[in-house]
Amino acid sequence: MIQMNCQGLALGYSSALVRDLSFTVSAGDYLCILGENGVGKSTLMKTVLGLQIPLEGSVTLSGGVHSNEIGYLPQQTQAQRDFPATVWEVVLSGCQSRCGLRPFYTKAEKELARQSLRRMNMERFSKRCYCELSGGQQQRVLLARALCAARKMLLLDEPVAGLDPAASRELYQVIARLNEKDGMTILMISHDVEAALRYASHILYLGEQVFFGTREDFVRSNPGRGFLEQRGGGNHGSVD
Amino acid sequence: MALLIEKLAQYWAYPFVRYALVVGVLVALCASLLGVTLVLKRFSFIGDGLSHVAFGAMSVASVLNLSNDMPLVMGITVLCAILLLGAGQNSKIKGDAAMAMLSVGALAIGYLMMNVFSTSTNLTGDVCTTLFGSTSILTLTQAEVWMCLALSVVVMLLYLFFYHKIFSVTFDESFASATGTKSRVYNMILAVVTAVVIVMAMNLVGSLLISALVIFPAMSAMRLFKSFRAVTLCSAVLSVFCAAAGILTSILAGTPVGATIVTVQIALFVLCSFVGYFRR
Repeated sequence: MIQMNCQGLALGYSSALVRDLSFTVSAGDYLCILGENGVGKSTLMKTVLGLQIPLEGSVTLSGGVHSNEIGYLPQQTQAQRDFPATVWEVVLSGCQSRCGLRPFYTKAEKELARQSLRRMNMERFSKRCYCELSGGQQQRVLLARALCAARKMLLLDEPVAGLDPAASRELYQVIARLNEKDGMTILMISHDVEAALRYASHILYLGEQVFFGTREDFVRSNPGRGFLEQRGGGNHGSVD
Repeated sequence: MALLIEKLAQYWAYPFVRYALVVGVLVALCASLLGVTLVLKRFSFIGDGLSHVAFGAMSVASVLNLSNDMPLVMGITVLCAILLLGAGQNSKIKGDAAMAMLSVGALAIGYLMMNVFSTSTNLTGDVCTTLFGSTSILTLTQAEVWMCLALSVVVMLLYLFFYHKIFSVTFDESFASATGTKSRVYNMILAVVTAVVIVMAMNLVGSLLISALVIFPAMSAMRLFKSFRAVTLCSAVLSVFCAAAGILTSILAGTPVGATIVTVQIALFVLCSFVGYFRR
């Protein structure tokens, strides 16, 4: 079942960074978006989330996915590092999109937040301050928050940026589990080619040559080979 | 001690003392609620910037000889607040630079206007009272007190109603907008409310010290607590306490109102820092 269909996208601000980009995402896919800095990965993500209008082309969501029901894991900001908020407050804010103008959370929404925390195995931290957690734990909290908003699709913006190798591996496993066990569709921006080749089912490569297809095809393709050679097999772990 | 209480009781009989206390506490309360968000959004200096804008607008109003300068001052300040907070990341001149330019610019123009066109004989005194707060907190009319009361209630209700939305927009604006929260709208509301509170606070502490009302309670509360709700509540309580203590002290000791309140806040901040340090 197709959940997202992007046709003939041209992305950018005044001039286009990417032209004529087409790809589809089906339910249960694990799509990794690779590419060097400044090729339009973040712009693509903003467009998919409906925060930016594409210069040309269209993004169509179907199969029961709506634009404000995509769980989003943004990159962490400087301000969050000393933000006085408990884990519970952060996770609960993921239910905000369900509230509309209603000023308070319902019991069902609180239960959903509790479940999301449990799924990330972070329940025992719920009263702790978010800023006192380790980087990997913070990402799990933000992932739990994204799960509150997500019904079928998760969008992750460089989720392992700044994490040590052990924490990165753990986070990748958590994401893979969400994909396999819960059938969550995953869209992930990443610099980490090795992980992309290990976990992703599809690869979208942005660069001079654009590639979209399965992981197996990517390894054989021109941009894929070039990219892999250039990155020396991509065994750096996360490069921010 | 008994003497002090007697003296306080004596002052309490005057309506202007009661008015000053009511208005002071309310304004401080509103400022502290907004302060938590503004400090966390890295907009600590907006209080300073907007109050200078209000100062400029006030001088223009006094040059134009307006009998009621409130609408003009409020209008200009709200407009600037929307420009500053609402413009966001895409504007050509970035946040802090825009704020600094607006702030000194308004200060300069305001002073120039007063200097060139003023009919008052005591120019330095006029400027000084607008900058450092005046005794006008002690000359409030009943109507002004009611208006302040109404505005404060509106501010508090808005804050209560939008509390969770304010939290999500403050903690992570990109997540909030991505999941369908209208961040721009809430930033606008925040800007307008901030401007209103700052214009109200001008009478209390003057335009140079307003930042203190916004920043100190939030910072002190952050030394002590680690959850957003606790910080918000604590900063409200601290702010009310400082305002009341400051106003009463200034009445008893005859010191300037604004500076006294800020001094109490500094003392409390130091105390909170100590407590926070030893609890860790």
